[in-house]
Amino acid sequence: MTPLLRLFGKPWIWSWLASFIVWFLTIMVTLGASTIGVSQAALTFAAFSVIVGLGQMFVITLGPGNIDLSVPATMTFAGTVALKLMNVENGMILPGLLATIVIGLVVGLCNYSLIKALRIPPIIATLSMSFIVQSAAIWTNRGLRIKPPSVLADFATSNTLGAPNVAIVALLLSILAWFLLEKTIYGRWISAIGQSMPAARMAGIPVDGVRFVTYLFCAVLASVAGYLLACFSGGAALNMGSEYLLMSIAVVVIGGTAVAGGDSNVPGIWGASLFMFLVVSMLNTYGLGAGIRLIMTGLIIISVIMLAGGRRAGMR
Amino acid sequence: MTFRLSSDAMRLAIPALSLTLLLAAVFWLQPRAMSYVGLNLLFNLAVPIALATIAQMIVMAVNDLDLSMGTFVSFIACVTATFLRDTPVTGVLILVGAIATYAGLGVVIHLRNLPSIVVTLGMSFVWGGLAVLLLPAPGGQSPDWVRWLMTVKPPLAPMAIVASIIIAAVAHLVVMRSSLGVLIRGIGGNPRSVERAGWSIVAARGAAYGLAGFFAVLAGIALVGLTTSADANIALRYTLLSIAGVILGGGEFIGGRVSPIGAVIGALTLTLAGSFLSFLRISADWQIGAQGAILIIVLAFRLMLNRLEKQEKGR
Repeated sequence: MTPLLRLFGKPWIWSWLASFIVWFLTIMVTLGASTIGVSQAALTFAAFSVIVGLGQMFVITLGPGNIDLSVPATMTFAGTVALKLMNVENGMILPGLLATIVIGLVVGLCNYSLIKALRIPPIIATLSMSFIVQSAAIWTNRGLRIKPPSVLADFATSNTLGAPNVAIVALLLSILAWFLLEKTIYGRWISAIGQSMPAARMAGIPVDGVRFVTYLFCAVLASVAGYLLACFSGGAALNMGSEYLLMSIAVVVIGGTAVAGGDSNVPGIWGASLFMFLVVSMLNTYGLGAGIRLIMTGLIIISVIMLAGGRRAGMR
Repeated sequence: MTFRLSSDAMRLAIPALSLTLLLAAVFWLQPRAMSYVGLNLLFNLAVPIALATIAQMIVMAVNDLDLSMGTFVSFIACVTATFLRDTPVTGVLILVGAIATYAGLGVVIHLRNLPSIVVTLGMSFVWGGLAVLLLPAPGGQSPDWVRWLMTVKPPLAPMAIVASIIIAAVAHLVVMRSSLGVLIRGIGGNPRSVERAGWSIVAARGAAYGLAGFFAVLAGIALVGLTTSADANIALRYTLLSIAGVILGGGEFIGGRVSPIGAVIGALTLTLAGSFLSFLRISADWQIGAQGAILIIVLAFRLMLNRLEKQEKGR
């Protein structure tokens, strides 16, 4: 009995429970015939939310006011530049990935320099940065739609042992993030800063260094997600990142990470990402229109946070 | 004894100075803008943005953030262009209901101790969905009195300027001078001491959200008066614009430090930045980017002046 109770004490269990219920309701419409299809689609689309959500979670853990709004612009810019550089040649896959990572590093560096040097609140700093990055993406893209190299396109759209490849990539990144957060001094530092920045500073934690690395990490994850998404959808589009702005925040918070910072968890991101995709596909399966679907999505987000939020308040 | 500015006036001086500089640059690039019609064209779209910025500012005064501002203003625009024109009574009832929903959100956020970012994020889907249900395709028509109000030509100064001044004055009276405003800012500063002084925080938070909803409703109506028709996505960028406007105007994310006059000036600055760029003949690709750059420059400017102020005090 105790292990079961302990399981329900975990902040991430609720998002998993919710996504399981929605998944079950969806496959029951077709009496189980679509089980594999729905599950694979859910894993694929959740993978992108997971990758951007991980980066956003690291940033949100840094404490109140820390948030990265440049995620969508970074995704779009990285996707367009990488596809342009690779130019449908399979030999250029690695340079393309390298360029993606460099873009992430540059955006992260600019974000943090604005926050630190100009003392701009992170929301405004990353917002202004995202305007500039978005412009750069428009400038490089010029309405062109370049296809990804065939090997990469195949990789992004196929499965290994029944699991979508992008989901496996996301899983590996999640394990890395979990290891960083739970098993390294860096992860402890992030939580400490999120709980109290002055206390962390007095304890001798290199606050600026840790925050800098975190913003870099978030931007790199966003650009990698953009690279994968562009390859998956057969080309980069200028609006491809837009839905991931709210999505990246939503999955972090529904997943049970404290919005006030200092407390994060990786499994919740997976539960929340699956949940967000499954809700939309469930409402689609029931044949509801776009308006009703949006309203239901919103109401479900609010009910989940009310259930989870009330529970946390009760525990304290 | 030299003339000394209070810190509140200093807070206001910086955004005002940025606006003046930007305006001077626009006039220098395009002297013809220095006229009744020119000014009206420059600042026309600032009126709804200024109202939305005031709404966002009131939410920020209680240490929250409203991520649904853009979709809410779009929804109100859709209601204005359909119900408020065809069946005014139903239209008004819907608008009152929307304001009540906002106040209810404030109460729920407070009672359940929820993160406002997530609740308003959820609400942004709800408002967006309702707007799509009302107007699946762009359409509708603005009520005649709204159209008249937004295009009226008062003597001396154009409507956009007069409206901005009225908005700033009313918001200043409500937020800085009324007891409700002081209460709202007190919650942002120190909720516990407000509670110990015998006030109900729940009611004040609800009132703050209701007030924000009211200003956002005005923003939606004003927007339709300018555009004459509505669309479910008409004001999506208002979410980010309103946050940027508050910060540009000298407001802070936490601590209840806000400035209504500053917020209106911030909104005007953001609107003007767009016109300034088109006068500079910057390629359309870089328009958004340059807007980001202006935002950064203004904030850097503010930091510099703050440093100067500190040095003065140090002496």
